[in-house]
Amino acid sequence: MSGHEFEYDFAGTGTMDLDDRSTNIDQATIAEMNELIARYPDKRSALGPILHLVQSVDGRVSAPGVEIAAALLDIPPAQVQGFATFYTMYHKKPAGKHHIGVCTTALCAVLGGDALLDCVEKKLGIHADETTPDGEFSLERIECNAACDFAPVVMANWEFMDNMTPEKAEQLIDDLRAGKPVQATRGATLTGWRDSERVLAGFSDGRADEGPSAGEPSLRGVQLAAEKGWTADSVTGAAPAPPDAPAAPPAEPKTEPKAATAKAEPKAEPKPKAKADAKAPAAKAAKGDKK
Amino acid sequence: MTDQAIAPNPDLVTVTIDGIDVAVPKGTLVIRAAEEAGIAIPRFCDHPLLDPAGACRQCVVEIPDAGNGRGFPMPQASCTTVAAQGMQVKTAATSEKARAAQEGILELLLINHPLDCPICDKGGECPLQNQAVANGRLQGRYEGVKRKFPTPLRLSPQLLLDRERCVFCQRCTRFAEQIAGDDLISLTERGAKSQVGFYGNAPFTSYFAGNVVQICPVGALTSEAYRFSARPFDLVSTVTTCDGCAAGCQLRADHRHGQVKRRQAGDLPAVNEEWSCDRGRFGFVSGRGDDRVTTPLVRKDGELVPASWPEALEAAAAGLAKAGSQTGVLTGGRLTREAAAAYAAFARQTLGTEDIDCRARALSAEETAVVPTAPAVLNASPVTYADLEQAKHVVLVGFEPEDEAPIVFLRLRKAVRKNKLQVTALAPYRSLGSKKLSATVVPTAPGQEAAALAGLDLDADTIVLGGERLAASPGALAALAGVAAKGARWAWLPRRPGEIGAIQAGAFPVAGRDTLAQLAALQSGELQALVIAGVELADLPDPAAAAAALDQALFVVSLETRLSDAAHRADVVFPVALLEETAGTFVNWEGRALPVAQVLSRTRSPMTDIRVLQALAEALGRPGTVPTDSPTRAAAPRTVSVETAPTPAPTPQGALVLATHRELLDDSRLLDGEPALIASARPIVARLNPATAKAAGIEPGDRVTLSTEAGVPGVTFDALIDPTVADGVVWAPARARGFNLAAAGLAAGRPVAIAKEVAA
Amino acid sequence: MSDKQVLVPVLTANWGQDQSWKLAQYERTGGYRALKTALKRTPEDVLTEVKDSQLRGRGGAGFPTGTKWSFVPKDLNPKYLVVNGDESEPGTCKDMPLLMASPHTLVEGVIISSYAIGVAKAFSYIRGEALHPIRRVRAAVEEAYQAGYLGKNILGSGYDLDIVVHAGAGAYICGEETALLNSLEGRRGQPRLRPPFPAVAGLYALPTVINNVESIATVPAIITRGKDWFLSLGTEKSKGVTIYSLSGHVKRPGQYEAPLSVTFRELFDLAGGIRDGHHLKFFTAGGSSTGILTEEAIDVTMDYESLLKVGSQLGTKAMQIFDETTSVVRTCLRWVEFYKHESCGKCTPCREGTWWLVQLLKRFEAGQAQEGDLEKLLSVADEINGVSFCPLAAGAVTCVTTAVKHFRSEFEAGYNTPAWELLPYERSTAWATPAVEGAAK
Repeated sequence: MSGHEFEYDFAGTGTMDLDDRSTNIDQATIAEMNELIARYPDKRSALGPILHLVQSVDGRVSAPGVEIAAALLDIPPAQVQGFATFYTMYHKKPAGKHHIGVCTTALCAVLGGDALLDCVEKKLGIHADETTPDGEFSLERIECNAACDFAPVVMANWEFMDNMTPEKAEQLIDDLRAGKPVQATRGATLTGWRDSERVLAGFSDGRADEGPSAGEPSLRGVQLAAEKGWTADSVTGAAPAPPDAPAAPPAEPKTEPKAATAKAEPKAEPKPKAKADAKAPAAKAAKGDKK
Repeated sequence: MTDQAIAPNPDLVTVTIDGIDVAVPKGTLVIRAAEEAGIAIPRFCDHPLLDPAGACRQCVVEIPDAGNGRGFPMPQASCTTVAAQGMQVKTAATSEKARAAQEGILELLLINHPLDCPICDKGGECPLQNQAVANGRLQGRYEGVKRKFPTPLRLSPQLLLDRERCVFCQRCTRFAEQIAGDDLISLTERGAKSQVGFYGNAPFTSYFAGNVVQICPVGALTSEAYRFSARPFDLVSTVTTCDGCAAGCQLRADHRHGQVKRRQAGDLPAVNEEWSCDRGRFGFVSGRGDDRVTTPLVRKDGELVPASWPEALEAAAAGLAKAGSQTGVLTGGRLTREAAAAYAAFARQTLGTEDIDCRARALSAEETAVVPTAPAVLNASPVTYADLEQAKHVVLVGFEPEDEAPIVFLRLRKAVRKNKLQVTALAPYRSLGSKKLSATVVPTAPGQEAAALAGLDLDADTIVLGGERLAASPGALAALAGVAAKGARWAWLPRRPGEIGAIQAGAFPVAGRDTLAQLAALQSGELQALVIAGVELADLPDPAAAAAALDQALFVVSLETRLSDAAHRADVVFPVALLEETAGTFVNWEGRALPVAQVLSRTRSPMTDIRVLQALAEALGRPGTVPTDSPTRAAAPRTVSVETAPTPAPTPQGALVLATHRELLDDSRLLDGEPALIASARPIVARLNPATAKAAGIEPGDRVTLSTEAGVPGVTFDALIDPTVADGVVWAPARARGFNLAAAGLAAGRPVAIAKEVAA
Repeated sequence: MSDKQVLVPVLTANWGQDQSWKLAQYERTGGYRALKTALKRTPEDVLTEVKDSQLRGRGGAGFPTGTKWSFVPKDLNPKYLVVNGDESEPGTCKDMPLLMASPHTLVEGVIISSYAIGVAKAFSYIRGEALHPIRRVRAAVEEAYQAGYLGKNILGSGYDLDIVVHAGAGAYICGEETALLNSLEGRRGQPRLRPPFPAVAGLYALPTVINNVESIATVPAIITRGKDWFLSLGTEKSKGVTIYSLSGHVKRPGQYEAPLSVTFRELFDLAGGIRDGHHLKFFTAGGSSTGILTEEAIDVTMDYESLLKVGSQLGTKAMQIFDETTSVVRTCLRWVEFYKHESCGKCTPCREGTWWLVQLLKRFEAGQAQEGDLEKLLSVADEINGVSFCPLAAGAVTCVTTAVKHFRSEFEAGYNTPAWELLPYERSTAWATPAVEGAAK
């Protein structure tokens, strides 16, 4: 319950894995690297994207990947290594087909992130920063992923898996392992970490239109304002919107199954300790806890 | 402060530090201003020659008034704060806030430090240790675990890193990137896991890597050469001048028990600032081998056998007396000016010969005519390091500064970084040095330098630096001197530390035979005897011919520190003192006279060159002809006009031309005994451009044999297909372990045949 | 609660609409009209409008956006606009939903801002761990090119602009603008020395403006509605509307857009208050770096100045709200572990100080703190305070000092009792059953 052990023995750190020289990088990959380089006024700027591309091809930042990047950018490989080891998303060892990140920064930890990490570790039989022997999953303790209103949060291949519970986490792993389609709560269908890395490198997968506009918490304010008739115009006491201004219509979250939630809420906002809203998240969470 | 500070100077600001007013140029950092005022502020990451980092935070001071009436609420890093007019600064000496902050930083720096001072090389000269003792808490409060790393990490054959001792000042990585341009080390990982590292197959083999050991403020970086060999407080330091090249770096030689243990860069802002190259830093043990000559040797029955000094002097005098003025004198380029002057006096006054030359390398009559007119030789407004730093445009011709005068390279790089200096290199390929200088490379085949120089726009804002290799390029030296006509300035840079001094001292053939002519005359019998000192036959354009000439000579006297090819062919060999056992002067490429100090007093060969020559003069019955302190007399320059300079030899149609030069670290005998230094040499490759490679059927990974003509034996290299190589040119290093291009008849500017090596 | 209007949806207004991220939908609700308006005006005019609106940076520091723009030398080219989308401050979760729901708001903001500053190439740096927002922004940029809003001669104005969408790779410190520039240049994300400031020597040592996603996304609304509308909202020195993020033990965590004159109580009420059966213990005002506040600060106005007065900061306007089941020692430890993990390692106080603080806090959490550890904890925090290279370490210090200030006795309990025994961790989880045993007041 006290979180991870305090790490102080740094043997084996500081360097890429030079023993494993396997690579899938070919001329087509190099052509894509050059395409990335061409996007920037200074080619070194393409280093980050190139390493994401290397991961999408090799499943890690491979030694050949480092050396090819260094050659293309005309910098010593030490500089590539210094860069790659600074950022947490670059893997020295092969990541799994699916990369699971469990947020255990303060708020997510308190809201259940620690328990989720325990649960996922047990389920996968590995610890954080490890990959399952079958190469299906790798696991990472992640820091705050900018989804605190959906806490506790799990990231799968860097897609949001919001409002996680141990049961949902186990289901996620079971489904992924079984090859069932899993839709991110705010994102696309999960296909694999390497596919995600390719998008991060800068190549479109054409799946921007999957998933909702926003999750329920993101819309709470705007829905409440709609109920109350609060708009950007009403606030100044008058001034109908200028002719070319956004009409600022009430939000109509058509795609949101939870749209009804907002409508069900009482018009007069309850005081902090007033009666519970039957459909408020706390109550829902309680339901989920019955298992 | 005196009247100067009172008089308002628009370029100065006055800042008050601990109550002391100090006027400093605008833009000066507070930490520098404090130095001006004589106030010590502790620091680890700050280094005056590196860009400010603000990493260690040890130098924080209180600034109650930034000069605008407002102060900073928290202590500020004095190494990154610029002094402002009216600024009030309180260091730890006068501010409890600053003192407490510094104490806090020091405590934090120590929590992960191993505190292994008793077994650390830096102990005794360690800024961290000094600070901890002077200003640290009496008792540590840290009870947690310390970082653990496997130790040491080998960054290169020479450099070792104990990561646990590192305080992350980034001096080493900043030096590598900013000063040397060899960013082969980098911080890796981050946060508490941060460490300095290199990439596995690309070690930190910078020519300047040794500097990071010196500037490391803790014992994290050590050298294979010095690690565990002495304690700083047992060493005696002597300031002297480097004998590695003609750059003229000030060094500090530290000795103990009659042996130099290490050499460090001195502090000579006008020349090497606070840097040195690794050749100068580590290449000083070659005189400690079994081949050191410690007694005179005399040839008896065909064998050189030890002899007494009187016996050897008698034998040498007899042989030289017989030859009389038909004697040549070759001094090599590594003697002090005083020693060179003694040889000049010995040649002219004692023997009565004009045949004296300090050059042990390719040379030409054109060179003999031109170099005595070089501004540095004449000491007439010579180009200086400061001039290079301020120049707008520098042209390099027949000169690869990183290999042939590394500190000149560092100053050029500084000027490129700080002052937007533009460098143009007339060179056969784009070298690593050219790349690091962001130089515009004009691909130039050897022999074409004069034409290439003629094709440049030169003006008064240009400085042209020509190297000693120009001697082999017809017309090039005349063209170099000729740039003065366009208003440009020029300098000639020999590789060896003693050549400019030797020319000034008259060890140069003003009216006599040059080195090659002497050898030819020995072969032909026109000369009978030779006095030879510090010359490696392998350095001469045709080593075999030189050896044959010495064999042919009737009598050879060799003055040597170590047995050499020349000494083996001598009739009498006199042992002379090592440079570290003698005193004198080197004149660097700027014409700057720099003191060579006697570092060691106990020596295995107490006789210096000068004392041997004096004894010989006495034995020859001409006492007093070799003064102890010979006046230097400049050679009367011959005149050479650009018009009459020889035209470049035409290259045979379609033939490949060889380009070559000596890299800084090769098989030089001066590097003997320092394997870690030699292991830091660059990979040995032959460079050819894709068209040449294609024509010869050579592909990446192939090996290529270079020879004078197809079918004859040559030298084989790993081929490097390099698109920057000039058309029709093949470049290879002149020397390395196991080969000498000259011995295979290969020379710069001469035709070369290439063939793909067929696996046996 | 009165009928006073608390929320003012501007940036969030279209988030719930069907396919809100698509150009067609964005245009249907008035999207890109601000751009058309702006292009009819001179760049100087647009810059003045933004400057006069008194918009302040929404990424934490609160520097006036228009003023930042005006620092860029006019005739030094090229220059760059870089959007800081490295949202990573614990508790902060406003930019990612914006990029996901309405990426065109950002794109339009970038074009107008670039036009005002005189930029021909803009970069949108988005943290790499946010895949879908990156997809959406990329797609929006592509749509904008096709519609003639980007590229050469935008809408016939003669103005050219390219946008590059750049994914980060995991480093909180890259939210610091100079570290972000290093990262974008393919270097380690260590903060740079200032001066020179990015406005003079930023990306590739050229003049560069760096603004937070929300700051840039606010620009179209200012152009459309005018500075006076913006100035009419907020307080005297904190103008306009902004997105407040509420997370943790409230009934309805989420994004609430309101003028900068809103109080914490008003937002807290809108979010439904603390979950049933529990009560407020502590909260952050603007992300973890701003430290913790307690109920006594509940009526503070959430603007730049008012929060400074109570020893906090507006920061990223990210309220993490914790009820009485939460161990403050544990929470504090996790925050400090975050800073330790994210420290770039450049400066001594941050690298070594967070290393030490974490070890001390772990002893408190485990009930194994030694005599004098609390004084030592505060003393080490004090050694770090104010002397680090960048503000990252200050966040760790603030967490520790404010936590001890408000909950000293809970730390003192750490001399004997593990935090998980004092306050069982399972009771704080999102799925914990409502407390029955006297948890409420």
